[in-house]
Amino acid sequence: MNRFNLLPVLFVALILGLWELFVRILAVPVFILPPPSCILTVALVRAPQILPHAAITLTEILLGIGLALCTAIPLAIIMFARPSLEKAFAPFLVASQAIPVFALAPLLVVWLGYGIASKVFMAWIIIFFPICISLLEGFKSCDKEYRVLFRLMGAPFFKTLILLYWPWALPRFFAGLKLGVTVATIGAVIGEWVGAQQGLGFLMIQSNARLQVDLVFAAILWLTAMGLALWWLVGVLEKKIIKWK
Amino acid sequence: MLKVSCVTKYFKDQKIFSNLDLTVDRGRFHVIVGPSGCGKSTLFDGLTGVTPLDGGSISWNHESLLNLRYHAAYMQQKDMLLPWFSLLNNALLPAKTSGQDMKKAKKQAQSLFSRLGLKGYESHYARQVSGGMRQRCALVRTLMFNRELILLDEPLSALDAITRRSLQSLLLLLQTEFGKTILMITHDIEEALVLADEIYLFSKKPMSLSRHYVLDSPKPRKFNDPILLNIKADVLDKLEGDLMNEQV
Repeated sequence: MNRFNLLPVLFVALILGLWELFVRILAVPVFILPPPSCILTVALVRAPQILPHAAITLTEILLGIGLALCTAIPLAIIMFARPSLEKAFAPFLVASQAIPVFALAPLLVVWLGYGIASKVFMAWIIIFFPICISLLEGFKSCDKEYRVLFRLMGAPFFKTLILLYWPWALPRFFAGLKLGVTVATIGAVIGEWVGAQQGLGFLMIQSNARLQVDLVFAAILWLTAMGLALWWLVGVLEKKIIKWK
Repeated sequence: MLKVSCVTKYFKDQKIFSNLDLTVDRGRFHVIVGPSGCGKSTLFDGLTGVTPLDGGSISWNHESLLNLRYHAAYMQQKDMLLPWFSLLNNALLPAKTSGQDMKKAKKQAQSLFSRLGLKGYESHYARQVSGGMRQRCALVRTLMFNRELILLDEPLSALDAITRRSLQSLLLLLQTEFGKTILMITHDIEEALVLADEIYLFSKKPMSLSRHYVLDSPKPRKFNDPILLNIKADVLDKLEGDLMNEQV
């Protein structure tokens, strides 16, 4: 591990160490703020209880990502091919991000029910925007000289898209996807807070009501791990696909 | 025969060139020389339809055309190789985009790779080879357009002097072996003298023809040919004179 990889590890260790010391020295009750060692113990010991909930949340997130990919990619292509449509769609896209997801969550539960659909939809709302916009900007960033070359070769739009625009936009697409998968947890958990029978959000609400703050933190820890794992997986996929970078 | 008559181009109110005439007979190698920023590349942009011309006419083999987009292959200063494709796949791009028979195109590209000294590098990527090899690959790609007319916009200017010399002989092959009609822009007067059948020397603001040289000596030529040295001196005199007038 080099110096640059070690720095964030040391920084996190320092924060956790100070937290542990603060709680121990001031004898803060566990139901107010548990020490990190206690949170880690609960996260591991009660994993059999937490993991089924985590699996539900992960499913919601993955379905949200899948749905976002299926909708954001075609829309980005359409907006790129027809700039007039970009102008028409842009206000709706921006509005979808301007509305707080907390405000939408109760409505989605009413419309889509307490099941998985409302949470998937919440995750979709959050992931869709960064993927769509980053891909669109990636397409637009293509050098004019390359566009000219393809035009002179007589390439139709779809072939230019496949051979030039898509690979060109991939680094930006992955940047958007990384951002999307990291924040996707927010959408799913908010959906679970508003109305659910299972999932990490549901577990947090339940534990909080019973003053099991250590379990709330353990759920947050698992959620963070999930977000980091997704971010890492996208990074691995990016390296596998964008070999020329 | 390529015939460009009275072409005109403005940028807002600024005249870039007007009533410009050019003729390139089939199988000939014509070179355009002129000071930086005089509008040579704008002329190529106009000819290829990248930007519209404001007047004039273009014809190729007596067929009147709006531009040469579907009739000329174009090679630019940069190699423009796509980093996600191997050299062979880069060379195959014109075939892929125009829906040619890929089996036949691959065979043609491989034969060109051998001819231009790229054999064994088909699966390499642009980042893995030298600038000279990348430019050779760009040359193969240009030939893969399978168009008789070729426009070259300073194709060797980004290369070092030694690599440039070795690639000049390959540019000559386009004419001698592949029978192409070539119109090339260059800043390098020696390069123009070695390659051209005719040289158009343009002056700046607005771009206009100031000299036209016909070079009859056989190719390949040597730089120390007294006739070529005389033409070189004349071109340099003219360019320096223009520069002095501009500064005054």
